[in-house]
Amino acid sequence: MIPAGLSVEHFLIVAAALFTIGVLGVFINRKNIIVILMAIEMMLLAVNINFVAFSAQLHDLTGQVFVMFTLTVAAAEAAIGLAILVIYFRRLGNIEVAEANRMKG
Amino acid sequence: MITQIAFYLFSTVLLLAAAGVVFARNPVHSVLLLILCFFNAAGLMLLLGAEFLAMIMVIVYVGAVAVLFLFVVMMLDVNFAQLRAGFIKILPFGLAVGGVLLAQLIFVINAWPHLLASPHAPIPNPGNVTNTAALGRVLYTDYFYIFQISGVILLVAMIGAIVLTQRHRSDTRRQSVAAQTQRTAEETVHMVHVTVGTGVEIPEEGNA
Repeated sequence: MIPAGLSVEHFLIVAAALFTIGVLGVFINRKNIIVILMAIEMMLLAVNINFVAFSAQLHDLTGQVFVMFTLTVAAAEAAIGLAILVIYFRRLGNIEVAEANRMKG
Repeated sequence: MITQIAFYLFSTVLLLAAAGVVFARNPVHSVLLLILCFFNAAGLMLLLGAEFLAMIMVIVYVGAVAVLFLFVVMMLDVNFAQLRAGFIKILPFGLAVGGVLLAQLIFVINAWPHLLASPHAPIPNPGNVTNTAALGRVLYTDYFYIFQISGVILLVAMIGAIVLTQRHRSDTRRQSVAAQTQRTAEETVHMVHVTVGTGVEIPEEGNA
């Protein structure tokens, strides 16, 4: 449950700020895909904090169960993303995603 | 009181570290700050009573995901200074979008009609067991199929990562298991009668 002296809004605002920082990271690091992936991880972390906060507020364990599924997806996404990054780098010698337009029709 | 201090400490460090991840010049610093971020998020989850998730957060994120990032950052020989070109140019736009988004999120949180019955029958934490045991009871009963599917997702991710990064180098000699197991004794072993004083004529090799 939510600890005394704090409300669910406290946690929601922290999560909202964290999510915003993640979005900002995607925007301002457009070329550096490693930092973009890290920013995505942070956004997923913010979502997880929201899940746990609501779980505590509602006395419902479902939120915590879904955090585990989110964690699974986040781990899979990081693994695949970094694998793609590695082969992209091996082929082109840089990781500038702004120049990744080879599949453009 | 102590919980409030802990909350503000954890959330302040969390947000500062998150900002550091985004703005750091060196991606290795970014990864290390990301690890700090995950530790503080785990602290927040501990405050909320989700001990198991806090530990999982540390183990999975810090132990696996962040280390994966660290390996990739250190393995790739990239000119990161070049990647930061245009950083200043895009910064005002990014800050504007971020500011609007944050304002909207806080607006929604404040305008929230006060919570809130759970849409389904809530699954409360039975008081007599730990958080881990309670989660396990829910996870292995009500959400068993989803749990299995998440395992399959991880398997697919693992196979995908291996297949993507595996490369066949042409300049190395690789073992061919099929060719090895298809060899028979007839074509590899020869019985030769050797008379004294003469050499052995080596028979023509069909396949070396």
